[in-house]
Amino acid sequence: MNPIPVPLLEVDRLTVAFPGHVAVREASFAIAPAETLALVGESGCGKSVTAFSVMRLLPPNARVASGRILFDGNDLMTASRPEMRRLRGRHISLIQQEPMTSLNPVLSIGVQIGEVLRRHERLSRRATRARVVELLDLVKIPDAHRRIDDYPHNLSGGMRQRVMIAMAVACHPKLLIADEPTTALDVTTQAQVLDLLGDLRRELAMAVLLITHDLGVVAQWADRIAVMYAGRIVERASIVPFFARPMHPYSHGLLGARVDVDAEEHYLTDRLTEIPGSVGSAAGETGCSFAPRCPMVQPSCRLAPPPLLELADGRAVACPITAAQTGAPHGAAVG
Amino acid sequence: MALLSVKDLHTRYGTGRQVLRAVDGVSFDIERGETVGLVGESGCGKSTLGKTVLRLVPPAEGEIRLDGVDITRLGDRAMAPHRRRMQMIFQDPFGSLNPRQTIRTVLDTALKVHQQGDAGERRSRLQEIIARVGLPADSPDRYPHEFSGGQRQRIGIARALVLQPALIVCDEPVSALDVSIQAQILNLLVDLKRDLGLSYLFISHDLSVVRYFADRVLVMYLGRIVESASHATLWRDPRHPYTKALFAAVPSTDPTHKRTAPSIKGELTTTIASGCRFASRCPAATDRCRAEEPQLRSVGEGHHAACHYA
Amino acid sequence: MSTPDLTTPLPVTDLGNRAAPRKGRRLRAFARNPTFVAGVAILGIVVLLALFAGWLFPTDPQDMVGPPLLWPGDDAEFPLGTDSLGRNVLALLVHGARASLLVGISAAAIGLAIGMVVGSVAGFFGGWVDILLTRLIELFQTTPTFLLVVVIVAIREPSLQTIALAIGLASWPTVARLVRAQFRSLRESDFVVAARSLGYSRTRIIVQEILPNALPPVIVAASVMIANAILTEAGLSFLNMRDPNVVSWGGMIGDSRDQLRNAWFLTALPGAAIAATVLSLNLVGDGLNEILNPRSDP
Repeated sequence: MNPIPVPLLEVDRLTVAFPGHVAVREASFAIAPAETLALVGESGCGKSVTAFSVMRLLPPNARVASGRILFDGNDLMTASRPEMRRLRGRHISLIQQEPMTSLNPVLSIGVQIGEVLRRHERLSRRATRARVVELLDLVKIPDAHRRIDDYPHNLSGGMRQRVMIAMAVACHPKLLIADEPTTALDVTTQAQVLDLLGDLRRELAMAVLLITHDLGVVAQWADRIAVMYAGRIVERASIVPFFARPMHPYSHGLLGARVDVDAEEHYLTDRLTEIPGSVGSAAGETGCSFAPRCPMVQPSCRLAPPPLLELADGRAVACPITAAQTGAPHGAAVG
Repeated sequence: MALLSVKDLHTRYGTGRQVLRAVDGVSFDIERGETVGLVGESGCGKSTLGKTVLRLVPPAEGEIRLDGVDITRLGDRAMAPHRRRMQMIFQDPFGSLNPRQTIRTVLDTALKVHQQGDAGERRSRLQEIIARVGLPADSPDRYPHEFSGGQRQRIGIARALVLQPALIVCDEPVSALDVSIQAQILNLLVDLKRDLGLSYLFISHDLSVVRYFADRVLVMYLGRIVESASHATLWRDPRHPYTKALFAAVPSTDPTHKRTAPSIKGELTTTIASGCRFASRCPAATDRCRAEEPQLRSVGEGHHAACHYA
Repeated sequence: MSTPDLTTPLPVTDLGNRAAPRKGRRLRAFARNPTFVAGVAILGIVVLLALFAGWLFPTDPQDMVGPPLLWPGDDAEFPLGTDSLGRNVLALLVHGARASLLVGISAAAIGLAIGMVVGSVAGFFGGWVDILLTRLIELFQTTPTFLLVVVIVAIREPSLQTIALAIGLASWPTVARLVRAQFRSLRESDFVVAARSLGYSRTRIIVQEILPNALPPVIVAASVMIANAILTEAGLSFLNMRDPNVVSWGGMIGDSRDQLRNAWFLTALPGAAIAATVLSLNLVGDGLNEILNPRSDP
């Protein structure tokens, strides 16, 4: 629970701009080796852009306006292209949301996984094949020997995502970036895939940057959380304290708005807590981006964007009002 | 008499050897003012069932009765008056609105086609409905792309409401929306139901949402209903192994309450062997399950399950 | 660690709520797109010349008005020279624009009309109607277009109407395929399903819901069709399959075949006119493709 001694990845005041808008502003976070950090937020909040910045795979019209990204002591912002290519796939790898389009439809899965291995390691054809079968076993694809020559269209969505995972962990990366890895999957398949990711992470001692909008996924599979809103990180915390007591009004609103499967809520007796308005309301806001939707908004919130205040236990919140209330019965104030 | 009564409904896609039995013998009723939740994974046929009930997909066999009238085989012209009585809300707030029509055109055309009042009455009805679904008053002359996802979903709801239907089929109405917007839309649907006495067939893959929103729940697997019960009963006492597996797979937002149950194996396939459709994935399947298909039977007060061992 | 505030207010990602009239903004943005503007300008000039040909050169351009084979610049009265029969090349070019555009536009209109009807019926109704019409489309597509046009023109006397009709009859399958594909995908879209659930008639669904959304690629195709028709007409004229009473660019090239070595400008000038017009139509088509795509942002 303590602040990380030597982080594997450290993102320091990262700002990414697109023509016309700023997608990520001053985002700072760190991931320790073998830790899972969940980056949570709604569509368009900048969480995927942040992840792609770490991979240096931003679209050509994006520009890193400021900030540093340190991975294992190396500054990724100044790394050369060949250095980045060596890192990608070997030390940092990525799983994307859509396993349909992330795999090449005309190559067998064995060839596609083998390609990753051979790019980073000198392996004979036979050794590659053996490693691919091992990897398919590792991601719990049954009959790996037979499946190795299958094409993506022979596989179900869940199986495709397992193949993507096999490709991502082929070279035992130190950091795995998983961008909404289960959003396209059904709930029973989602559980299988996330359980697999959890096991692999332990076996391979791999850090995971998990990008998701699903707070249930976060609660079950992450160690720490960073909540993003309109390009900024508004709260960072360990999982247990976060879910026990979210501090930023937006985090609080998100948890309140979600229908929890464990809660005995029903429409006849309970009304869901809404966050009024939409992210679009932040356009033209000079202060806190959440101010137009915030139930606790103060005149001071509108003046300047609140800084991310560091609290005890590695917790941080970008809201001076809730930060000042630490210890006060916060739920009642927002409720 | 139930508002909607469906008996042994079948829907098939394709012809010859390549037939997909998307809905394969489904029966249920929806009472006036009732919300029936229909839950299942993608490909289970829940969306096709919703569209068949609305006669947007032709039924192969069975019977659909609306207010006691058999609408299963009505032609386009004979169906028209019944269309007013049941409407649909779609999942995708982007694809479900014609990008080249203003909100006024969308709503006014529906009223014109069904000859609802003169121009003045239509205009006031339009303003009324715009306000009712919580859209800004200047919305009518704007195009869909000028609205956010949540607002577009409100437009879709307005379109469904404009003809004053009795039944609305909601096909994953909040799945494409951000969490903070989902609650707004669900609350709106609850208010509309209360104020207008609507009945819903609420289709979703999201158990937590169905649990919150439905009075009664149908669990669907490979074209069949495998369990049906009131929402409270189903969550207290799920009987079918598939229902149990679905519950176990939903991640809880309580991190101290880690999932313990192992996830069920395999994924939904479209090949149907003899016996129970769930047998290949069921942790408790026996030889009987693989040989004999279980029928939906009563396992308690208003509680049905299609499992030999329920 | 504290974050220094960014004092300049920067707009956040706005996912909706764009109240600004997008169409106007888009048009203005495209007015700055140089290739589109160039296309519109060239095409505009050609259209204006064609429209005012009778006013600019009121006499019959086929009349002999000067000494034969004057080079451009030789005589201020004939800035682009004269041909072997002593006709004013500039007058021929301007009047030729009329014939070329007329054939191009009417051929494209005929092709569009047939193609849209066949394509929308096939795409909307599907089933055996679709199978039958698709076979018909394929039948026409496997016939070489130019050959088909030559045969039709050969059967009847080569008037402008016949040529336009022949080119139109040969070019509709492209449109039909395009419209059919649009209808097939739009037919399944949620807003069309919604229209059906509201009890709209088929005609209303086709005309009001599907057609406006299917049109943009057709409009783009239309500009290219006009260009192709102009080229085909030129080819026919060159083969002497033309209306002898009407001046056209292709006919000018055909007439000047024999002077290719000693007076190359007689072929080069109408050739350049054809090239410029076809190019401008393609540029306009590309530009329209961008403007009419509701998902593209300038």
